[in-house]
Amino acid sequence: MKSNKPKITALFDQSVPFDTILDEIPIGVVILDKDRRIAHTNKAVSALTGYSPQEARGVMCHNIIRSRICLKKCPVLRLKEDSEPICEHTDLINRGRELVQVRITFAPITSGSGELIGYLETLEDIRALQNRTSQDMHGFRFSEMIGKGPQMEKVFQMLPLLAQNDSSVLITGETGTGKDLTAEAIHKASNRARGPFIKINCGALPETLLESELFGHQKGAFTDAKENKPGRFRLAHNGSLYLTEIGDLPLSLQVKLLTFLDDRVVFPLGSTKGFEVNVRIIAGTNQNLERMVENGSFRKDLLFRLNVVRITLPPLREREDDIVLLIDHFLNTFAEKFGKKIEGFDRQTLYFLNNYHFPGNVRELRNIVEYAVNVSQDSRIGIESLPTYLMEPDHLSTMPTPVSGVSDQGASPLAAREATTVQVTGSTWAQTEKQMIINALVKTGGKKQKTADLLGWGRSTLWRKMKQYGI
Amino acid sequence: MHHKVLIPLYDAEVAPRFDLASEAVIVTLDQQRKKLEEKLVVLPQVSAEKLCHLILTEGVTTVICCGIEEEYYQYLVWKRIEVFDSIIGMWEEALKRYANAKLSPGDIVDHTTDQGGNQ
Repeated sequence: MKSNKPKITALFDQSVPFDTILDEIPIGVVILDKDRRIAHTNKAVSALTGYSPQEARGVMCHNIIRSRICLKKCPVLRLKEDSEPICEHTDLINRGRELVQVRITFAPITSGSGELIGYLETLEDIRALQNRTSQDMHGFRFSEMIGKGPQMEKVFQMLPLLAQNDSSVLITGETGTGKDLTAEAIHKASNRARGPFIKINCGALPETLLESELFGHQKGAFTDAKENKPGRFRLAHNGSLYLTEIGDLPLSLQVKLLTFLDDRVVFPLGSTKGFEVNVRIIAGTNQNLERMVENGSFRKDLLFRLNVVRITLPPLREREDDIVLLIDHFLNTFAEKFGKKIEGFDRQTLYFLNNYHFPGNVRELRNIVEYAVNVSQDSRIGIESLPTYLMEPDHLSTMPTPVSGVSDQGASPLAAREATTVQVTGSTWAQTEKQMIINALVKTGGKKQKTADLLGWGRSTLWRKMKQYGI
Repeated sequence: MHHKVLIPLYDAEVAPRFDLASEAVIVTLDQQRKKLEEKLVVLPQVSAEKLCHLILTEGVTTVICCGIEEEYYQYLVWKRIEVFDSIIGMWEEALKRYANAKLSPGDIVDHTTDQGGNQ
């Protein structure tokens, strides 16, 4: 008996039933004819809807898929031969009476001659993804970001709300404060999480290259344009595009970005034909865009469009509660990564780090801990395992030293922070350490055991250092 | 005893979703399941709760629908309303099958008729 099953004949030595390949695809695939009747579905669709391919065949798509979007504004009706795929987040009610959150992508199917002959729908069950989003935010973290201070708590509360809409986001903050992580966290927590997250550094490429990189080009648009290039905007279709260092975007491209934000259409270089693109724009910068607007180096209207939602990330020096948390996190991460048995930092080093001003913010702290874990040969990391640049006068100039209010537990980072700050200007580490010892001796009335405890050292270390500094 | 049947509509079809139906037909059948009266109700807003409320206030005994959430299905059953769900096809054909006592939940009653139904 001859089988009526469609087969793929040209790919392999022997013909292969089409459904055996389709069934291996882990997301739901629905093939519709021109009239939106179901021609074929795969196993994943059966699992999602409760209808087998045989039951579904010939039925109008909306009766099997039953998604909200099908009934309100069927996206397939908007598709033409050359349309880009349309992606929608919606819900469906299946045969088991379950309401399932899904992400559906609709794309046209064209014949060899370019004629529209049907449609392809792919369905992804995003329930697990949504559960993960709520799991992402627990304890002192959101996605990959960590913090427990009030500033970060405010940011963490904002992020899930921002993720749920498509407004443009502007992330500002000093270098190393976590702008990239924030952008990625927004993308991951959003309905676009299954779509691409494309990042481009606006300051990394010359103007002409950047234009081609962002908007793409048509074959022959310039001497080296040997083939069509889609550009980052089109690559990010149905996802998010993160424009980092937006302050470095040349003025001519600012106009083009402005046009895109208005029309959502990209025109590749050398092409008169525009492509409609569904992209969420996230921009990041460490520059003061308002000042740049005043200087005339950034367009005011672009700032207004990007500034729909703004997140300002606090510098690490203002996140006093987070330093110890981040130190512990990075220490565990790198100790595990490098296979080292490290218990932690000694009290003096912790005190030092806790009072350092971190001009490079979290990135600098991360690098310091990575270096220290690499270099340290003891189970407790000492001050000698910190990068040497930290001991240079410029870095020490704002270091406080403990002189009062420090009890026996005072060497713990948070208690130590309460110590009175004394500006040590133009000193080296040796001078700072000598000053620390003197201050501690003054505080304890010259009692060496108490002084050693206060500094987090043994009595013999204190004696050795006092001898070394001639105290 | 009369049968009062409510079918949520999507043009001439049984609405694919109970919670998204913007109109419904209420048909009264006599004991022999012959049509006595037919009434079209346009719902002020789409809502499963509102539709359940209408079903109860109208004294409906049977609901013929397609996709319905478990919560509303169980509620209607608890209220002693007979529910035929996952019915796909033209509502008149579904009603005809019900009148002939040939309708079962999950039936695809007529999918050969060309009916786009999209607004």
